[in-house]
Amino acid sequence: MKFNKLANAALAAFLLATTAYAGQELVRGNFAEPATLDATLGEGVPGSNIMRDLYETLMSEDGEGNLMPGQAESYTISDDKTVYTFKIRDNANWSNGEPVTAQDFEYSFKRGVDPKTAARYSWYFKILGIKNGADILAGKKPVDSLGVKALDAKTLQITLGQPIPYFLIGISHVTTSPVPQKTIEKYGKKWTNPANIVTNGPYKLSEWVVNEKIVLVKNDNYYAKDSVKIDKVTFVPIPEQSTELNRYKAGEIDYLYELPKNQYKNLVKTVPDEVKVLGRVGTYYYYLNMKKKPFDDVRVRKALSYGVNRKVLAEKVLGTGEIPAYTFVPNIVSGYTAPIPAYQTWTQKEREAKAVKLLTEVGITPSNPLKFELLYNTSEQHKRNALAIASMWKKVFKGAVVVTLKNQEWKTYLEEKKAGNYQVARAGWIGDYNEASTMLDLLTVGHSSNNSFYNNPKYDKLMNEARVTSDDVKRNKLYQEVDLMVAEDMPVIPLFQYSNARLVKPRVGGYPKVNPLGAIYTKHLYIKN
Amino acid sequence: MLKFIIKRILVAIPTLLILISISFILVHSAPGSPFTDDRDISPAVMKNIEAKYHLDRPLYVQYVYYLKDVVTWDFGPSFKYKDFSINELVNASFGVSVKIGFWAFVLAMGIGVSCGIVGALNQNTKIDYAVMSFAMVGVAIPNFVLGPILVVLFAIYFKVLPAGGWNGGGIEYVILPVIAMSFRYIASIARIMRASMIEVLNSNFIRTAKAKGMANSYIILHHALRPSILPVVSYMGPAFVGIVTGSVVIETIFGLPGIGQLFVNGALNRDYNMVLTLTIIVGGLMILFNTIVDILYVVIDPKIKY
Repeated sequence: MKFNKLANAALAAFLLATTAYAGQELVRGNFAEPATLDATLGEGVPGSNIMRDLYETLMSEDGEGNLMPGQAESYTISDDKTVYTFKIRDNANWSNGEPVTAQDFEYSFKRGVDPKTAARYSWYFKILGIKNGADILAGKKPVDSLGVKALDAKTLQITLGQPIPYFLIGISHVTTSPVPQKTIEKYGKKWTNPANIVTNGPYKLSEWVVNEKIVLVKNDNYYAKDSVKIDKVTFVPIPEQSTELNRYKAGEIDYLYELPKNQYKNLVKTVPDEVKVLGRVGTYYYYLNMKKKPFDDVRVRKALSYGVNRKVLAEKVLGTGEIPAYTFVPNIVSGYTAPIPAYQTWTQKEREAKAVKLLTEVGITPSNPLKFELLYNTSEQHKRNALAIASMWKKVFKGAVVVTLKNQEWKTYLEEKKAGNYQVARAGWIGDYNEASTMLDLLTVGHSSNNSFYNNPKYDKLMNEARVTSDDVKRNKLYQEVDLMVAEDMPVIPLFQYSNARLVKPRVGGYPKVNPLGAIYTKHLYIKN
Repeated sequence: MLKFIIKRILVAIPTLLILISISFILVHSAPGSPFTDDRDISPAVMKNIEAKYHLDRPLYVQYVYYLKDVVTWDFGPSFKYKDFSINELVNASFGVSVKIGFWAFVLAMGIGVSCGIVGALNQNTKIDYAVMSFAMVGVAIPNFVLGPILVVLFAIYFKVLPAGGWNGGGIEYVILPVIAMSFRYIASIARIMRASMIEVLNSNFIRTAKAKGMANSYIILHHALRPSILPVVSYMGPAFVGIVTGSVVIETIFGLPGIGQLFVNGALNRDYNMVLTLTIIVGGLMILFNTIVDILYVVIDPKIKY
């Protein structure tokens, strides 16, 4: 009897131990608690990671980030490229079994663009170029005037104000997901509660413990449920990278949000198969405040730029797959080949010689040094980069450039940067969609992130021209021209292109080799048996 | 006694009011708003966001709104976590912090007091040195070092306990954080207890008791323990509040959904409501526990009367 009990207990323990890891279950490290699981109100990468699994947009992406049909099975584009008509899949359903309709999309787009909704990502509807979108956002036109219309239950027509070449890519962004009107109206703010929420993606929400975990389970009403392998995915918010790594080593998570850079070399040696590095559409750069002297002088800006040894920075200071950046747009952007500005072809010695010459021309010498503060938001890595760059400048200019490092907490830093209360400031921009304008728009006049206060009418003119050029090759040519202007005017110092390095357990299959936006959908992953 | 308690409560009200006001001013004078972002928000949208949270009103109006929230104990929406109200977030995480804090406190008191007594009774012997070295190590090792060491040892190397998570607070998830959290307090309590015990043991009434031929164990339990635990009791109040409300470090190391993370994220996100609410709760608890400590004094020490 006693033996039986013991045996049963042992068996139960064994089953428990095995079921904990058996089957198609995945645990993803996810950095932080999402701000919301309402796709329209969503913000930030951690939230997007989860919502890409919960919702599905009209157009979606495959594992490598290439565009593929999502909720829309097909579409037609008018000859003038301003009217898109989408046919929504007959078997596209919400997780409660009800069909996803064109009205659902109309409602969601209008909700997103309505200033009353107060969505943080409402700006995204502006860059999509939907007719009247910008005016509605500015409060100048009624929400109903938005160029989105359900022609019938499964046909959606979207009218643009002008042709937008990246429109289809744009509507694969999670902000453009449909949200369930009935559920939202019934439950109000509480609609994203696991008991109430209704979504249309491959997964549905099963459990949500703030600051601990969010659990999703497969949605049986998803039209392609048979191709979805993983049955249950848990997102764990772990802000501290070393903590995340420990939990990975303890076997509690399968997939890191990001590995600690200082562990990279060690990990490549010990678990080479588990280290996965992806290039990103994103550039790390320094703003030069052109409203402040002497940064209004292109020679000073160029000198500082030439004085940075980007190879050392990318390979030695960072060294987790970052690529030296000489232009603003990463080469990884689809269909884009970054141009090669003259200074990229020089040797570092030549660049440094030129840099010293330029500064001397302006009259900046060791006896009349240029003193400035280098602002960055508080982080160990930004500090390390700033120290490296400051010491490069110190060495190259032999005391003619004296840098003081200044760090500020994120929100304070953002305010100071926007207000122009800085001289040189660190910045990074991760693309919102896979197209060159996601980067280049930043330096146009009036853009909220044009913190260099760069103002070159030709730059803006070419960007406007590119926007309406639907021929991909021609448009990318224009972007290249604009990208070269950045190298010529140097309003910012491009430093390196971002990468994302993480550990993924060998039992996880389907992790891509390329994915420029870092949009990893759980539906493309599986557990090897 | 009752008069004393009523007096303490009456004093607590203006104290809390001052606390609320100072935190309100500090939080609002931090640069940046909850909605500062590196993405462009249109002015019309921003206006609606601000209106939604009353941020478009003058500061004194916001202050009045806030006082109303405090009185009705409904702290409004979180500026950051849009799907939850402050009350929901705090309620959910408070239990976690209290559970970890309570056990850490019990452990710290139990081991700390015992170590202190052992040290005092064996003053300047090897046992004393051993116990007190342990205490010194406890004071010296910060929990952000101890936590990861425990994780590496028990979760990664021996694989007997989880490296983190909460999962409703099963015992296996509580052990490591409780140890990591209590360690520093064990050390402090042991040191305070030892010093005070030694002092008491050298006092006249103990000598009298010894002279009367009482057994040593009887003297310690019935005569020495009560007076010597007083300094520990006064340390206990603030320590308990500290343990319960705030170990951000422990919470981040073990991925626990407690109050500490809310506090830090609240400050970073400029989640005004969150920061102010937690300030009031911590302040209120501090006052409450100091009052409890004062009452305990009366119970323990017959010399003290209010």
